[in-house]
Amino acid sequence: MSFPWAKQYEPTNPLMKYLDEKLPLPRLVYNAVGAGYPVPRNLNYMWNFGVLAGFCLVLQIVTGVVLAMHYAANDAVAFNSVEHIMRDVNWGWLMRYAHANGASFFFVVLYLHIFRGFYYSSYKAPREMVWLIGVVIFLLTMATAFMGYVLPWGQMSFWGAKVITGLFGAIPFVGEPLQVWLLGGYAPDNAALNRFFSLHFLLPFVIAGVVILHIWALHIPGSSNPTGVEVKSESDTVPFHPYYTAKDGFGLGVALLVYCAFVFFMPNALGHPDNYIPANPLSTPAHIVPEWYFYPFYAILRAFTFDFILPAKLWGVLAMFAAILVWFFLPWLDKSPVRSGNYRPMFRKFFWFGLIPTMAALFYLGGAPAEEPYVMFSQIFTAYYFLHFLVILPIVSSIEKPEPLPFSITEEVLGSDDKAVLNNKAEPAA
Amino acid sequence: MATTTDTANTQVVAEDGVRRRDFIEIAAVATAGVGGLFTILPLVSQMAPSKDVLAESTTELDISALEPGQSIKAVFRKQPVFVRNLTQAEMDDANAVDVGDLRDPQTLAERTLAGSENILVVMGVCTHLGCVPLGAAEGEVKGEYGGYFCPCHGSHYDTAARIRKGPAPTNLEVPAYTISDSTLVIG
Amino acid sequence: MIRLVGILVGLGFTFVVLLSFVMGAYNAATEPAEETAEHAFHLDPKHVEFEHDGLFPAWDVAQLQRGYQVYKEVCSACHSLNQVAFRNLEELGYSEEQVKAEAASWTVPGINPDTGEASSRPGLPTDDFPSPYANNVAAAAANNNAIPPDLSLLTKARHHGPAYVYSLLTGYQEPSAELAERFPDSLPGTGLHHNPYFANLNLAMAPPLTADGQVTYADGTDATIDQMAKDVAAFLTWTAEPALIDRIKLGWMVMGFLLFATILAWLAKKQVWADMKPKRKD
Repeated sequence: MSFPWAKQYEPTNPLMKYLDEKLPLPRLVYNAVGAGYPVPRNLNYMWNFGVLAGFCLVLQIVTGVVLAMHYAANDAVAFNSVEHIMRDVNWGWLMRYAHANGASFFFVVLYLHIFRGFYYSSYKAPREMVWLIGVVIFLLTMATAFMGYVLPWGQMSFWGAKVITGLFGAIPFVGEPLQVWLLGGYAPDNAALNRFFSLHFLLPFVIAGVVILHIWALHIPGSSNPTGVEVKSESDTVPFHPYYTAKDGFGLGVALLVYCAFVFFMPNALGHPDNYIPANPLSTPAHIVPEWYFYPFYAILRAFTFDFILPAKLWGVLAMFAAILVWFFLPWLDKSPVRSGNYRPMFRKFFWFGLIPTMAALFYLGGAPAEEPYVMFSQIFTAYYFLHFLVILPIVSSIEKPEPLPFSITEEVLGSDDKAVLNNKAEPAA
Repeated sequence: MATTTDTANTQVVAEDGVRRRDFIEIAAVATAGVGGLFTILPLVSQMAPSKDVLAESTTELDISALEPGQSIKAVFRKQPVFVRNLTQAEMDDANAVDVGDLRDPQTLAERTLAGSENILVVMGVCTHLGCVPLGAAEGEVKGEYGGYFCPCHGSHYDTAARIRKGPAPTNLEVPAYTISDSTLVIG
Repeated sequence: MIRLVGILVGLGFTFVVLLSFVMGAYNAATEPAEETAEHAFHLDPKHVEFEHDGLFPAWDVAQLQRGYQVYKEVCSACHSLNQVAFRNLEELGYSEEQVKAEAASWTVPGINPDTGEASSRPGLPTDDFPSPYANNVAAAAANNNAIPPDLSLLTKARHHGPAYVYSLLTGYQEPSAELAERFPDSLPGTGLHHNPYFANLNLAMAPPLTADGQVTYADGTDATIDQMAKDVAAFLTWTAEPALIDRIKLGWMVMGFLLFATILAWLAKKQVWADMKPKRKD
């Protein structure tokens, strides 16, 4: 599915011709990320993060498969096998730091990709399916990352596993049996570690499959763009290759510079010292927190401290899951006919002065100790978080008056579009 | 990534024939390719033996109690090693063979240390496909030549652990070792 | 419809979390949290400099050797180092022969080859450093229930690890009169020792470095308590992250290459987009 002016794949040499007849894989790639995919010509650097997220997935799978060659998923030796990787395996320290920081890098990219979607309303028709699949990818990635963090079997691994599975214990009636079933025991031990390893190995390949669906769904309407105006004619687009391969290549270079600075110069900056202490079921670390990329949701979980009809613990769990599930409903909550935040004055104010500071605050508060005033602040920001998506967005989208949109992407980029002139002339007659 | 960019670029040139690929683009793609190649290096080398495996390992054995006709099975670098105190009859058998007739010609003296010709130290790894031959422990089949017999594919070794019959290409390997007093140090 | 449900759900969560906020604020106002002794008296680690700090680090091999000596003669009485093998000491500048001799000077658990009973034997380079206690129960029993932690990863298992080790070892002191007056419960109990660099101020470990010259350094360095603490902190940095120097050296090469590649990629991108530059009509 593509625009009629998309370039057609034409194999030049006999081998490629033969392959195109029997297994048109090169054609598929050509149409997906090659010259056969016309893309709006006005994408800014916020559109780099899709390709970067794909790169992260490959990076994590490659380093992860390597680590699995040396890691032992057994509660007696898991911690030592990680240290074996760090000390004795050739380049083992590089593989492990690349994988651990790769997870953080992956989430940085995902969050930027998602927030790009929030600002430019990438979730709106005709791209709802792309968005829904994207939220599924995010959830799968969170599950994978959580289970991966358990594998070194340090103190944070153990207590993270215990606390997160404890969330399921908050579900009425079935909670406790469910928690025991998830762990295969009354507390995390060998059974839990082994199944987490198995699933941690499996899920990335599931994610890869869902990513293919994500890209497939995207290619039906084509990429969105910063104006939110749909592509109208050939002059609105450029072929993905070489224009966006070149741009993404540069973006990848910049991203790798940041990533490698972490891997080589501060590989433990995003981790917790406690995870270098072997798991000890008898002693909880003084300050237990998940990995940084879970902080906003952890802050929401901890914000509920008062038993109102339901126990506070259950409210926290409900709110934490709701905080992500609400993203599924965005295409229907936001009714504005205009997509891009660039042309939505009220929406834009709430985005920059409401949502962004709230997320920043929740990121900070999720990692702060569970004491005042941090808890009170996380309560206020949690309230705003839900208000923003569920109350402000639907109301703003129906009352705000959008700013005038350009006629087309071409007009936005070049200042005028011949077809716009034609269109204006034709208008009185119509 | 680098390679797809490269091939796709070529197609673009071939197609419109106008776009000239110039130096800077080739250089960028080539640099990415070089980076990719260097990334493969650690990915390949991580599979080589790790430092703890490579760390020089030695096996020490006390052979003071090893009487003629007795053997010890020990472990050297995770593989079995046979230490046998040969009887006079076994040594005579081994020395009686015409070395020129052997598949892998070696005398017993070449396979032992001067001064302790009766101590035969060999790796317990059949040179055919790596099974552990029988004959070291009491009561095991010693094969047609009274040394070792590999049950996997029927290789017979003589009292000096030289291959005499069957598919194995060479004699059982003698590892590097030293004997001082009654201590045998392999490796 | 979906928006109406959404607004109701949103207001619901907001109401409940604000209820939590009001109750929390009420509690905080009526029962202000009391300041804890840790909050008032805990100190951040002291500033200390090492050769292996910074962007162009190197191991001070002589210092690591001195630190190893301190570990061997002082710390190893109670603390294990179970991720490190004797063979690793070659990285501290010892020759193969010296490592063999050093390993042999330690006693490691073994098996009597004749009876199969547990016994001990001199260490080999391939052995890991032996633990001073047979198991955790023995360690707890010998130390008033406080199990001395393994030291291999300690500098990575604490915030500002090397500085923490140095500060802890040199930070033992009598609790101040102010502490005794304000928090009498936080005075060290029996078998505990006041140390403001320890998280809860009361450390089960008795001061291990008690006198200058406790260790006689082979290289003639004056073994003050400060020097010994610094040396052992450096040694424990190495045990926790032996690849530290290699990592940073490789890091500079990788960053250099990436910078070059990224500049090229930027130029290539400019080249590709040159004919697409937005030209505003005047």
